[in-house]
Amino acid sequence: MTDLTKLTLAEARDKLKAKEITSSELTGAYIKEMEGARALNAYVLETAEKAAEMAKASDARLQKGEGGPLEGIPLGIKDLFCTEGVRTTACSHILDGFTPTYESTVTSQLWRDGAVMLGKLNNDEFAMGSSNETSYYGAVTNPWKGKGEDKALVPGGSSGGSSAAVAARTALAATATDTGGSIRQPAAFTGTVGIKPTYGRCSRWGIVAFASSLDQAGPITRTVKDAAIMLKSMSGHDPKDSTSVNQPVPDFEKALTGDIKGLKVGIPREYRVEGMPEEIEKLWAQGIDWLKAAGAEIVDVSLPHTKYALPAYYIVAPAEASSNLARYDGVRYGLRVEGNDITDMYEKTRAAGFGAEVKRRVLIGTYVLSAGYYDAYYIKAQKIRTLIAQDFKQAYEKVDVLLTPTAPSDAFGIGEKTDDPLSMYLNDVFTVTVNLAGLPGISLPAGLSTRGLPLGLQLIGRAFDEETLLRTAGVLEEAAGFNAEPDAWWRA
Amino acid sequence: MTQEAASKLIEGATGAWEVVIGLEVHAQISSNAKLFSGASTEFGAEQNQNVSLVDAAMPGMLPVINKKCVEQAVRTGLGLKAQINLRSVFDRKNYFYPDLPQGYQISQYKHPIVGEGEVLIDLPGGEMKTVGIERLHMEQDAGKSVHDQHPSMSFVDLNRSGVALMEIVTKPDMRSSEEAQAFVRKLRAILRYLGTCDGNMEQGSMRADVNVSVRKPGDEFGTRCEIKNVNSIRFVGLAIEYEARRQIDLIEDGGTVDQETRLFDIKTGKTRSMRSKEEAHDYRYFPDPDLLPLVFSQEWVDEIAKDLPELPDEKRERFIREYALSPYDASVLVSEKAIASFYEEVAETSDPKAAANWVTGDFFGALNKAGLTIESSPVSAKQLSELIKLIQDGTISGRIAKEVFELMFDSGDDPAKIVEEKGLRQVTDTGAIEKAVDEVIAANPDKVEQVKEKPKMIGWFVGQVMKSTSGKANPQTVNELLAEKLGVSSDN
Repeated sequence: MTDLTKLTLAEARDKLKAKEITSSELTGAYIKEMEGARALNAYVLETAEKAAEMAKASDARLQKGEGGPLEGIPLGIKDLFCTEGVRTTACSHILDGFTPTYESTVTSQLWRDGAVMLGKLNNDEFAMGSSNETSYYGAVTNPWKGKGEDKALVPGGSSGGSSAAVAARTALAATATDTGGSIRQPAAFTGTVGIKPTYGRCSRWGIVAFASSLDQAGPITRTVKDAAIMLKSMSGHDPKDSTSVNQPVPDFEKALTGDIKGLKVGIPREYRVEGMPEEIEKLWAQGIDWLKAAGAEIVDVSLPHTKYALPAYYIVAPAEASSNLARYDGVRYGLRVEGNDITDMYEKTRAAGFGAEVKRRVLIGTYVLSAGYYDAYYIKAQKIRTLIAQDFKQAYEKVDVLLTPTAPSDAFGIGEKTDDPLSMYLNDVFTVTVNLAGLPGISLPAGLSTRGLPLGLQLIGRAFDEETLLRTAGVLEEAAGFNAEPDAWWRA
Repeated sequence: MTQEAASKLIEGATGAWEVVIGLEVHAQISSNAKLFSGASTEFGAEQNQNVSLVDAAMPGMLPVINKKCVEQAVRTGLGLKAQINLRSVFDRKNYFYPDLPQGYQISQYKHPIVGEGEVLIDLPGGEMKTVGIERLHMEQDAGKSVHDQHPSMSFVDLNRSGVALMEIVTKPDMRSSEEAQAFVRKLRAILRYLGTCDGNMEQGSMRADVNVSVRKPGDEFGTRCEIKNVNSIRFVGLAIEYEARRQIDLIEDGGTVDQETRLFDIKTGKTRSMRSKEEAHDYRYFPDPDLLPLVFSQEWVDEIAKDLPELPDEKRERFIREYALSPYDASVLVSEKAIASFYEEVAETSDPKAAANWVTGDFFGALNKAGLTIESSPVSAKQLSELIKLIQDGTISGRIAKEVFELMFDSGDDPAKIVEEKGLRQVTDTGAIEKAVDEVIAANPDKVEQVKEKPKMIGWFVGQVMKSTSGKANPQTVNELLAEKLGVSSDN
């Protein structure tokens, strides 16, 4: 690791503006790290040449004292974001060789603000997974290892490539998406910061859809401040996405005042789940103390429908996915396996093109939408969704922000849960409620488990109040002083 | 049962049968762009030229509602005197077909934009009947599979993919093929008046699914069959006639009608089974999560209502009231917007009743004979109006006018020019007419004797005078002079 990759995004930005470093130097250092970390399998496509060109253009602008808020900052892009002229597959075989002729709104805003693209990052196939093991391009390995262990661990998912790349310093920051926890849980597993903004804050246009009513883009970064900087560039109303909300985008960085005196922080009692490791309980209690010490008021709150969130999520998300993935039929782009007739072609293409987890969810989704089951499953799940949103609404009458653990465990081993989908789904137990209610949530590293692995705390905010969320996260970050780093065992 | 109702029954071996018909009319909304994309809707473009990324269902693409299409649907709802729903919901109708790129059609299922309304249909003999409208909803059209370009492959043309359609569903209120045809004719007229659909069935802008069942008068509804995609008014009639007879024969032979979807074969004039109820798709409808519920204000609806043109029924009433036309003539004249406009232009500057007679008589006759539409008529409304004025001011007689009209129709020349060139001006010079009268009286002393006994014989003298003046003598003057000279009353 060179000194340049030790900089946070905010530091690098300031040094670039001050012309202390150039983007070509910074980007060059990251390209070297990226190419040296192939053992992690975080990148599914490296675009070093493009990165070098973009860095050069950034330098030209910086030299003239011009450039946007992210000028010259090298980023990794989750493969769910369509990138013009750069292969985009959502890490699915069925999108083999698909190269978009268009750029997603979120990434186009990053390029508009001067960012540099290092490459496309691995993720669970169509973002369906909590461990990044369902990718057609293979699992990503977490840069972190347990103390004295050599076991390969998962980086979380679905944004496992994003979390691993940022943790291993092979990207200064990364884009990610979160449908049920896919930004926050990987952040927790890798000692990084991940924010899922309010539904509608970032445009979904050009992001390969998993579950449209839940999907939201957000960044994975090293610090809360970096997350604030990234989020500002990624946010904004987009007329091309009917669900994007026309709200002004605040300067999130300015929200990081460090002052949370008098802030009311809710502790939802239903998040104390059975079988949760003691170290997670302890970390949560520690988080409460930190916030108290900073002048916040702690309030016990109840979110009574929490236990129904996971089942409801695993009806709504697959239902939408089963329909969203119907377009991958071998007719127009991506993989086609020839058949005797059109139905045979569909069946062969989709059988070969989708992995087991995607097939499982398409089947579940098709089932719950079928005549005779729709009311019992889909409609009921939607009702639960309304109740969960009401739970939060009532809580926010008393508090400004909620504090919970991000995930019920530290990172688990590759292959440990692949045969047990239900235990895999349980990873999202603290994060899915936030997606179902459309609220913003952030995970930040707050300590290490007894195995020496990162653990995250989650803050949940009011809709479109990412500022309070980030401010509180900044205070927790300061208090936690998390500065552990994984050993660079992967370095080639 | 009234006599009219009885006359619509179909005689079977076991007695009279009543046919019950309901229609689902698909009408393409007149708009420049598609329902959820900016692609053009122009008819006749080269294959796959009017296709946006959304229409081709590329990964990450999102639909955005076209406000113009919503306005057109509301306008249509108002024209159908229907309830306008200020909140409606777009659903996904899921099925696989190569010309359906998304794998689902965006439609409105449970909450359509327009509710119950009614259409007054015109039946032969001036009879009117109200047909209930069940609902109107908006949906996307599919593309087109092309099977004749390759020995073993099919091609897909997506120009129509995503074009906005209105599906207008009637109540099962029609009792004969004539009524169904009259409904389609009237609906088409209303849509054309409103400018919300061009109604060109031969271009596919309008097509109908026809639901047919039969029953003994007074019985419950029978099992219905749906005949898909009938694309002309004539075929609507033929399909119903065939299908009703098929069902009657089937039942009378001891069989039962199976609920199924059928196709009308224009070559054989028969309907044949397409798929049975058991083979029917499970469309797995659910609200499209990419689109918010469609909500607009009553004020906006009122704005649209203010701009609504006069519709056929109102126009018909006005024609009867203002122009003292017979209900029959009025119905004929308002049946097409183009005809009504033509008539009004003629009537504006001439006698309205004479104008009605001319338009529905000689004018329609000539158009039909020449196989022309009113739009391609060689005689303009202004010219026809001038012709009528020439009769009114005594320049030509009615008889000569017919001759002039034929010359106008052949040459497109103005009537005044034809009258001048051909010397057809009516003789009103009393001296000249008196000379002719005197000559006829002098040459026919026997008839002069007879007319004294039988005053009606004055008609014979009139004829002779007209003949000797080549029809150009003013008939009234001729009459008056003859009456005076023959000593009989002219008003017989």
